[in-house]
Amino acid sequence: MNSLQLAWKIRRHGIEMTHISKGSHIGAILSVTDIIAVLYNDIANIDSQNPKMPDRDRIILSKGHAGAAIYAALAEKGFFDVEELKTHYADGSRLSGHVSHKGIPGVEFSTGSLGHGLSVAAGMAYGAKKDQKNHNVFVILGDGECDEGSVWEAALMANHYRLNNLVAVIDHNKMQSLDFCENTIELSPFANKWKAFGWNVIDIDGHSHDELRDAYNQAVSSQNKPTVIIANTIKGKGISFMENDILWHYRFPHEGEEYDSAVAELKEQMPDGITDMYESEAQKI
Amino acid sequence: MRDTFVKTLIDIAKEDMNVHLITGDLGFGVLKPFWEQLPDQFTNAGIAEQNMTSFAAGMALEGKTVFTYSIGNFPTLRAIEQIRNDCAYHNANVKIVCVGGGFVYGSLGMSHHATEDLSIMRALPDVTVLAPGDLVEAEHATRAIYEHEGTCYLRLGRGGEKRIHDKIDNFQIGKAIKIKDGEKVAIFSTGAIFDEAMEASEMLKEEGINPALYTFPTVKPIDRETIEECAKQYDLIVTVEEHNVIGGFGSAVSEVLAELVETKARVLKVGLNDKYSSIVGSQKYLRDIYGMSSIKIVEKVKGVLSEQNINLS
Repeated sequence: MNSLQLAWKIRRHGIEMTHISKGSHIGAILSVTDIIAVLYNDIANIDSQNPKMPDRDRIILSKGHAGAAIYAALAEKGFFDVEELKTHYADGSRLSGHVSHKGIPGVEFSTGSLGHGLSVAAGMAYGAKKDQKNHNVFVILGDGECDEGSVWEAALMANHYRLNNLVAVIDHNKMQSLDFCENTIELSPFANKWKAFGWNVIDIDGHSHDELRDAYNQAVSSQNKPTVIIANTIKGKGISFMENDILWHYRFPHEGEEYDSAVAELKEQMPDGITDMYESEAQKI
Repeated sequence: MRDTFVKTLIDIAKEDMNVHLITGDLGFGVLKPFWEQLPDQFTNAGIAEQNMTSFAAGMALEGKTVFTYSIGNFPTLRAIEQIRNDCAYHNANVKIVCVGGGFVYGSLGMSHHATEDLSIMRALPDVTVLAPGDLVEAEHATRAIYEHEGTCYLRLGRGGEKRIHDKIDNFQIGKAIKIKDGEKVAIFSTGAIFDEAMEASEMLKEEGINPALYTFPTVKPIDRETIEECAKQYDLIVTVEEHNVIGGFGSAVSEVLAELVETKARVLKVGLNDKYSSIVGSQKYLRDIYGMSSIKIVEKVKGVLSEQNINLS
């Protein structure tokens, strides 16, 4: 499977999971998908047969509300059965809306309250350096999440200790819960803020897999600085009526027109070499 | 007490390279021996307790045993969600150390009075809560939380606490320590206010009341067995804590008593009566103003006894 195929599957699972569960955050799931697909498929040293291997790369999804994207990636990479994705949000399921590590192979850390992940990742990177371990720590944040003061506390500390084994990726979809980021709490000049904090900054198109791969590779070879990849994305990417519409932060694809159109649009973008795992169910509708 | 903690931690850390101490930029003149002797096992996270706490969780998940150090409410209340989500939920080996439980920093003002920490930390699942009563308990408690897997909270006094125990045999998390047996009345104390409780018990004895005395270095898990035994044996259980009477040690004891089928004991909770202090003064002074000095403990015990007509002869 290549990263484009994985990304398509994550989006397809994302639509299905939020549809079945009537769950939130499809906009964020679709914006972060390519960041996750390239990381899990091409970059991170992880092994579904040995999820706890000591020298694995650590991955934390600090914007835990896009948890469905991580669950989908892990299932597709063989960490657990793809069928289980349908239980997302359901009574007794392991797969909570926000990422949980409890009992789920491959999930490094539980999140959901914003602003924690960068600090934890920095602590992991610092601990690894203390013991001369070579693995990297990746942490994915939202741009709205950067309203949290603790993000900047961690940014200061990661620079101070020159944590070059730490890679932060910001899913910069320009929107948060109620409005566009710039109408909420101004972030710009965003890249310059990180530069001023001493970070190596890479600004890219967060839906271009080539740019993502290059950015990740550049980040992990950073010599003396932590790296932030500012991945410019579109909230709701891939489904035209969800793109850049704040409605889809919380709304789920409803039965009928919304769900059918979303699936139809995705089908038009399906890369060669894969099939729609929900085909039969989709056809029933 | 803080010096005892640091000295003990240095001994532990010299034996175990994986022990790490992070401070939130506090410990002037206290932590120096640690950072001089073990610079690679020491980190100053700056004045940023939320980051310090999550950072400690990250290090702990990489195999370290991490002690976070600050004063008053800074290592706890300032970072409570980080303790809950990042440390406790992940069973991370983070040991949160507070210097200055209660009115230690009395004259510095309300911001520096740690008087709700026990109740708030006690409410978190998978957090073990200790408040040693003297220097000997502080040493044992430091070793005990090091050996105990998972997230722990250690509430210390400051400097100048006495050594009350000669020695403690078989210190265990969750076990109270009996200082002496008595009649009718049992005094339970947690934390550095142990000296006031001790003094009160001596004063009461001079007045013909001979209370039993126990110290509880662990607030969670509470020593249910000792409480149950005392409830059968004594008429009045007096809890003493330098802390709000809501949710803390007295509440923990009361919760056990309330579930007992047969008990004759009633409870007198000595502590801060659900207030913030804006009065300026030393620890000793504020303890007295807020009714938890030895003299005030004696007055309260005598008051309850006469009210209840508990016959002491």
